[in-house]
Amino acid sequence: MAVDTTEAAAAARQAMGGIGVSLARKEDARFLHGQGHYVDDVVLPGMLHMVIVRSPHAHARIKGIDSSAAMAVPGVIAVVTGELLAQHKLAWMPTLSGDTQAVLATDKVRFQGQEVACVIAETKYIAEDAAALVSVDYEPLQAVTTPQQAIAPGAPVIRDEKEGQTDNKIYHWEAGDKEATDAAFARATKVVSLETFYPRCHPSPLETCGCVADLDPVTGNATIYMTSQAPHAHRTLFAIVAGLPEEKIRIISPDLGGGFGNKVPIYPGYVVATAASLLIGRPVKWIEDRTDNLISTGFARDYYMDGSVAIDENGKFIGLRVNLLSDNGAFFADAQPSKFKAGLFHIVTGSYDIPAAHIVANGAYTNKAPGGVAYRCSFRVTEASYFIERLVESAAVELGQDPVTTRLNNFIQPEAFPYTSASGFEYDSGDYPAAMKVALDMLGYDELRKEQAEKRARGELMGIGVASFTEVVGAGKGKDYDIAGLRMFDSAELRIHPTGKGILKLGVKSQGQGHETTFAQIVAEELGIPASDIEVREGDTDNTPFGLGTYASRSTPVGGAATAIVARKLRDKGKLIAAHLFEADVADIEFDHGKYNVKGSPDNVKTIQDIAFAAYTNLPDGLEAGLEGVTYYDPPNMTFPFGTYLVVVDIDKGTGQVKVRRMVAVDDCGVRINPMIVEGQIHGGLTEGFGIAFMELITFDDEGNCIGSNFMDYLIPTAWETPRFELGQTVTPSPHHPIGAKGVGESATVGSPAAYVNAVIDALSHLGITNIDMPITSDKVWAALRSKGVTE
Amino acid sequence: MFPAAFDYTAPGALDEVLSLLSQHGDDAKVLAGGQSLIPLLKLRFAAPVILVDIGRVDGLEGIRRENGHVRIGARTRHRDVESATELRGTLDVLLDAAPLISDPLIRNMGTVGGSICHADPAGDWGAVMLAVGAEFVVKSASGERVLPAAGFFEGPFTTGLRSDEVMTEIRIPVGSGRSGGTYLKLERKVGDFASVATAVHVVLGGDGRIAAAGIGLCAVGAHSIKATAAEAALVGQAPSDELIAEAARLAGDAAEPKADIRGSAEYKRDVARVFVQRGLHTAINRAQGATA
Repeated sequence: MAVDTTEAAAAARQAMGGIGVSLARKEDARFLHGQGHYVDDVVLPGMLHMVIVRSPHAHARIKGIDSSAAMAVPGVIAVVTGELLAQHKLAWMPTLSGDTQAVLATDKVRFQGQEVACVIAETKYIAEDAAALVSVDYEPLQAVTTPQQAIAPGAPVIRDEKEGQTDNKIYHWEAGDKEATDAAFARATKVVSLETFYPRCHPSPLETCGCVADLDPVTGNATIYMTSQAPHAHRTLFAIVAGLPEEKIRIISPDLGGGFGNKVPIYPGYVVATAASLLIGRPVKWIEDRTDNLISTGFARDYYMDGSVAIDENGKFIGLRVNLLSDNGAFFADAQPSKFKAGLFHIVTGSYDIPAAHIVANGAYTNKAPGGVAYRCSFRVTEASYFIERLVESAAVELGQDPVTTRLNNFIQPEAFPYTSASGFEYDSGDYPAAMKVALDMLGYDELRKEQAEKRARGELMGIGVASFTEVVGAGKGKDYDIAGLRMFDSAELRIHPTGKGILKLGVKSQGQGHETTFAQIVAEELGIPASDIEVREGDTDNTPFGLGTYASRSTPVGGAATAIVARKLRDKGKLIAAHLFEADVADIEFDHGKYNVKGSPDNVKTIQDIAFAAYTNLPDGLEAGLEGVTYYDPPNMTFPFGTYLVVVDIDKGTGQVKVRRMVAVDDCGVRINPMIVEGQIHGGLTEGFGIAFMELITFDDEGNCIGSNFMDYLIPTAWETPRFELGQTVTPSPHHPIGAKGVGESATVGSPAAYVNAVIDALSHLGITNIDMPITSDKVWAALRSKGVTE
Repeated sequence: MFPAAFDYTAPGALDEVLSLLSQHGDDAKVLAGGQSLIPLLKLRFAAPVILVDIGRVDGLEGIRRENGHVRIGARTRHRDVESATELRGTLDVLLDAAPLISDPLIRNMGTVGGSICHADPAGDWGAVMLAVGAEFVVKSASGERVLPAAGFFEGPFTTGLRSDEVMTEIRIPVGSGRSGGTYLKLERKVGDFASVATAVHVVLGGDGRIAAAGIGLCAVGAHSIKATAAEAALVGQAPSDELIAEAARLAGDAAEPKADIRGSAEYKRDVARVFVQRGLHTAINRAQGATA
């Protein structure tokens, strides 16, 4: 459905807080007053505290654990080891990728920071003191710190406990058409290649992960407050992992201080706290500190990519090849649809009409923390977008073209939608040249190119970066996309109370995205009940319908669609009640923004509030009471948001420092429900993209020691260094979404890193510098400049 | 991120502080602004038996000019130096350095003396004090000593301060000549320690020649470094681009950087050179514009 754009409809929407209104966020009052309620705010009577003893080694055999000194500390209740868990068959757990992961190490430790034992005590201080007294006897083994080392012959086998695992290879996966791609390369007049690395970075939500597990010894009920982006899926996985009866498990995910994918996996801490609460009979709280979070939880990327584009005599891209090698750490614990071992990387043809593509992906175990798809990324779309946008930049340089020209020559054209890509996606809608044009006009592109030429003549370094990303977000459809077998539908339950106010309960879970506002606005649009009268509830599995949760930009594409559809169901039921009240035929009832009337009598109306009251007080015979409904929505396709980002940088020749002068971001995410919230999402993503491009890096030394285990070493941008953002938009609705919306939560993180990097390369390419891997720190730029003899 | 247990005391008089320090020796640690010590406690890198908080001792704060010196109380906050605009033209380098120290939250709490005594090789004040030729007044139960900044910094987190001593004042000599200075800092983000920073302070004689020059280097060695060869090359000379380039080269040579996540040794040395070159241009321009 296209949204009604008449003036009257706009006025009604404004009053209602309907679609397109930048309504102030309903949740902000409590957050801004410091009254949010997070997991660490949960305090229960008799609650104990848990601290995890972690491995100092990246790879070592455990010869023994002596916890007697820790147990002797007054106030210590228990020291849990892998051996104890093994007695309950809990030493290992399944991962979301069908692998296994140690809950607490028994045989070996496989990364620095791995969970080895847990101390449970009356206070957190006592637990910390005692954790330092747990003595673990390690026999260090050779550490494997890169996937290249891992797959080399003779490398130590990290997962030697797995039957049949004789090397460090996890998977080999291919997508696309190899023969057609080979043929394209055979007839190419030019082949441009790029080898690049998307380094390991971390979602770093300001609230770390944690839980309070409360197993009631009397009722057997397990109430687990936890930092979960997917509480329903976690309930089911808890039932499977811990063997608890699912009807007794209640997961409550309260306010979350950011997630970005970090709170999708199940971490050992959750499992041990739950097991400890069960065994001890008291609530157990576990909250990570910053170092725990950075060294052990779901990181992002660590992806080696090399590939080539085949170009014909007209400058058209005719084929794309990409080889991938991913560092998945010690356990294959990505959260991703089980069909796709490399996630949705095969969106790598991006915004371009490339008729043939072939992708080869390999995954490897290393002695590093597990994870790999987190950080505001729809299952490796970030890596794909980065690669193609960097490769197009290289192609433009090789072709001697302006990078805008190269893109315009190769874009999928607006009339080609729906467009089926070489790797099998059906793009729903798009107009790439239009977004590009808006961005160029906002930036004043031609003028800046002139300035750049003048500066270059004076020896000054200035660059303009271009990136035109296309994302694939909003999984499922359920037939193709699942998490651990659970199909990726989502749900909405809407209850309109007799006074015409209501509660909307969702299977998704906000981590700061503003769901309490946005989803109320969808109901306002569909039913004509003011958004302020709709209370949105999420995160409590006892009180919300089953859903797969919030990540991969799927809440609006899936949960938002479910909300619109359940509202429409109630609207239709309202027609039956209106017909009864008007004593008219239901076929003659019309509905417009909260008002029912009989065709031909527009002035005699019953409001949705009248109808809601009648639903409980004055019903036609044979109609069930109430105005409530629930919908489980399985989307027919993904949505494909896109945009063009332009970045201007100036580079200091003496120090290699890069200053981002301007950043113009034009996004098309279809219909915007709350434009202010969308812009906030884009600001956040552009900031994180800036951090990834210039600052963020988890690195390791040769022994596998993690360098970057706190915010003094792992750098995230603040308002001080973040550039000012200039936002623009085009609106190309998704044809298959009930309100034409696409996901937007990750667009800017996906699209912006290449724009920043392309700007730096654009400033340096005339010197023969073709690539600098992220993060682009000043020392790397300095080294590149000095290698070309440029100095101050 | 939870510290080990410790005792805490906050005496109201300096004598009590000194007595506690002589009693506990290495088991005691002086707490001033806490901006370095508290993180070390939380990381359990430091686990003193007793913290002696000097926050309630009178007379340790303030900036005043007296007897040819600018005297800065050791517990003076970075923020107070930042806003001491009366130092402009006399000690530009202090005014330029102060706002580059970490972030406003830390500058509101952190102290000049605390930072100097902590002696982080990447701490900003060490290089500044070397450039301006400061002296440090330190007291113990057995008396007072005055230690020149040159030679005070012995290694990472190691100084000439004894465990029974507390710094009470920083004295910076200021003459009547025209002076200028500046502090340049390369940091990866706001609030970060320096990857490289340089402090430059010059005094011009009546003849326009350089009468005195001080150059301090930050984060390019085991401790703050005084670039003495570069200083010597400048003194007595008329300023010129060639002279500045040569002094900058010598300053770069004085750096003893190690490669780390912030960059290679060559990189840091070269940035030190570039910064000293830029800093000397600024300092001399400022001095030339200054009225004596």
